[in-house]
Amino acid sequence: MDKSFEFAFDDIAWCPGCGNFSIRKALIAALDELGLDKTKTVIVSGIGQAAKMPQYLDVNFFNGLHGRGLPPATAIKAVNPDLTVIAEGGDGDMYGEGGNHFLHAARRNPDITLLVHDNMIYGLTKGQAAPTTREGMLTPVQVNGVKANPLNPLAMAISMDVPFVARAFSGNEKQTKELIKEALEFKGFALIDIFQPCVTFNKTNTFKWFKDNTYYLDKKYDPEDRVAAFAKSLEEEPFPLGVLYRNIGRTTFEEGLEVYKKNASPLTERKADLKKLQSIIDSRR
Amino acid sequence: MSKKKRKEICIVLAGEAGQGIKTIETTFASILKQYGFHVYATKEYMSRVRGGINSTEIRAGSEPIRAFSEHTDLLVALLPEAIDHLQHRISTETVVIGDSEAISHPGMLDIPFGAIAADSGGKVYANMVCLGALCAFLDIPADFAEPFIEKQFSAKGSEIVANNITALTKGWEKGKSLVKKLPFTLDILRDSAIKKRLLINGSEAVAMGAIAGGCNYICAYPMSPGTGVLTAMADFSKTMDIIVEQVEDEIGVINMALGAWYAGARALVTTSGGGFALMSEGLSLSGMTETPAVIHLAQRPGPATGLPTRTEQGDLNLVLYGGHGDFPRMVYAPGDIEEVFALTKRAFEQADAMQAPAIIMTDQYLVDTYYDSPGFGTLKAAQKHAVMKTKAGYERYALTKDGISPRGIPGYGSGMVCVDSDEHDTTGRITESSMVRKAMVDKRLKKLNTIKQQTIDPVITGNAAAAIVIIGWGSTKNVILEAMSSKQLESAAVVHFPQVFPVPEKAADLLAKAKHIAVIENNVTGQFADLLEKECGTAIKHRLLQSDGHPFSLETVRNWITDFMKNKRG
Repeated sequence: MDKSFEFAFDDIAWCPGCGNFSIRKALIAALDELGLDKTKTVIVSGIGQAAKMPQYLDVNFFNGLHGRGLPPATAIKAVNPDLTVIAEGGDGDMYGEGGNHFLHAARRNPDITLLVHDNMIYGLTKGQAAPTTREGMLTPVQVNGVKANPLNPLAMAISMDVPFVARAFSGNEKQTKELIKEALEFKGFALIDIFQPCVTFNKTNTFKWFKDNTYYLDKKYDPEDRVAAFAKSLEEEPFPLGVLYRNIGRTTFEEGLEVYKKNASPLTERKADLKKLQSIIDSRR
Repeated sequence: MSKKKRKEICIVLAGEAGQGIKTIETTFASILKQYGFHVYATKEYMSRVRGGINSTEIRAGSEPIRAFSEHTDLLVALLPEAIDHLQHRISTETVVIGDSEAISHPGMLDIPFGAIAADSGGKVYANMVCLGALCAFLDIPADFAEPFIEKQFSAKGSEIVANNITALTKGWEKGKSLVKKLPFTLDILRDSAIKKRLLINGSEAVAMGAIAGGCNYICAYPMSPGTGVLTAMADFSKTMDIIVEQVEDEIGVINMALGAWYAGARALVTTSGGGFALMSEGLSLSGMTETPAVIHLAQRPGPATGLPTRTEQGDLNLVLYGGHGDFPRMVYAPGDIEEVFALTKRAFEQADAMQAPAIIMTDQYLVDTYYDSPGFGTLKAAQKHAVMKTKAGYERYALTKDGISPRGIPGYGSGMVCVDSDEHDTTGRITESSMVRKAMVDKRLKKLNTIKQQTIDPVITGNAAAAIVIIGWGSTKNVILEAMSSKQLESAAVVHFPQVFPVPEKAADLLAKAKHIAVIENNVTGQFADLLEKECGTAIKHRLLQSDGHPFSLETVRNWITDFMKNKRG
């Protein structure tokens, strides 16, 4: 069997020039280079152009509802910790519709990688503002310009001690791939917010704009200083790229589960213990 | 005048939240059962943490008791407002018991709860004084009750235990001195076999049935009256392999549960109407991805927040029609604790086998009620988990004769398990092909045929061939049966539906043969009667409906049925 996650699709729903293509390449390369077993890898996604990602990979997937990628991803990893679990979607999917799940996934810290395609616009619904759209942008709905502050996912994640917080730019496929590899190998909830241009609906934040408004963190930067990382995450135009924050050793959701304290085998491999149930029932006599 | 001899008694305790009624209820119910009496308890309470007025009804008798009665023999009022609150349940036969320091009522038996408690170590022991008096009224020796008190309070230290026992004993002595003033004598038969029966409520029975069905994951957002199941599962998880997760909202709940099922676990969700409404899209996802789901819905009166701690059967339409698009589902409506256990287990087996959502509908009354139950028989393992080891080229949605595709889970075998909320082809990948769409719609709906074949038949009690048919579903089962005399049952068929959807095929036949049909259900429009009309084509004009937030009482049902049968309106 071919071990690569590469998948030959007949048709693809993305526009030519979409940042999703490079993210896809980076993701497949990251998975292949790490030698992960695709039968033991699951991509969970919601709805949107970004959330279609698993459709174009050879991998198990749960392509669920808009905004609802994280709850099933958390459960999948919890019931079978042997699986590698990736949650993926766009800025609207993960920060808008699914914002509450994002906050609570940050609290739980499941050992999953979260890839958020951040193009600062809604693509599939045709050009309305996203939670990350910059103030003032005119859209067919925000006809007088976007009034609300853009959401800062990295600052939010660091404030909640998400133990791996990074930003990538799809225009740099190699760095995106390396960050994905790092996130996959990291134990704990790992967020990569991936800047990408939307060639059809966002004429402001273009490939050139992202290139001109980002910079790479240098080697001297220490991602383990949380306060400094938070300060760094507040920087805008230019936005820093790379690993902004890392907290090695935070207990994961699965590690905290009582069912794995004495028995490491996945829950899915265990049988119901009727004797114990009988003794619970008998205790009510 | 000789006093009436009673073989059963109905006691109502009323006070504010925080006065220890719950402790009296659970301890007294255990004492009664262990003493060899049949026992039944149900409660009604306000949606607040302190204050207000809550009441508990405890019935004890020589025969099994399984229904709510408005007739009250003894009303223990722990605060003055209790009398107003329960005015409609006080008759000339009711003896009110209270502390004359605080309460006055004509003919009231005075027990100085406050003073006796203060003598025993503090006012906090008033509930034990009350418990002692009740034991005396039922002729249960104080030393029989003591071990229960020790067990209840042992963790709090010997002084607390001693004070509680002092209060119990003093209450018992006071009670004993008042027995002669009761207008009846009690002659409840003791049966030592009752000691071996279970004393559990509906919530615990859901949790036990779920585990028997292989459940190893529960997630929920707390919402009365569905929370009891979450609490019970959390308690059971101390000794069993169950993941228990409180989720941020009900949308997260259902999606998390689907993730757990997808990966091979068996997840239970518990909620009430408002939470179920939030889960509608997830329910539809279960239908589309053909991922099993089991949802327990404990109903309370709506719309919106409604009466959060009270009871109704008003969510049937929500459950039948919730979720966009067409997909098959199974809806169970257990009528008592034994059925709650059996049908929750079955919901797991059927959801797994049919790859479709199964919903268990209870209500506040059923989950908060308990009585001595014969139990669930020998536990049998749930049907084998219907997941298969996949091979390369596995197709999650392979077209089959009955619409059910062999279900794989990720990491078990060499195939890829791809499920999609979008319309998808046999491999699970997105498609907009009209031909594939049509094939997939057919496939999903085909499953309904198999589901229909396995639907549980209605349970008929009384004269199955009678022209009078009285129908109920869910928690009305026992109140209807207890309300009817054996003579009435000779000329009527009482039909209880443990499964309300798909409507069992036998229902149409049953209705077609009947001349006089009545449906009894605890909602304002007759949602189940409407469903039967729609599915069976028979008009159902006679409906006993209620929507005041309370369970049907024996008296309400008895009067209505007696009138209905006498006039044979139809």
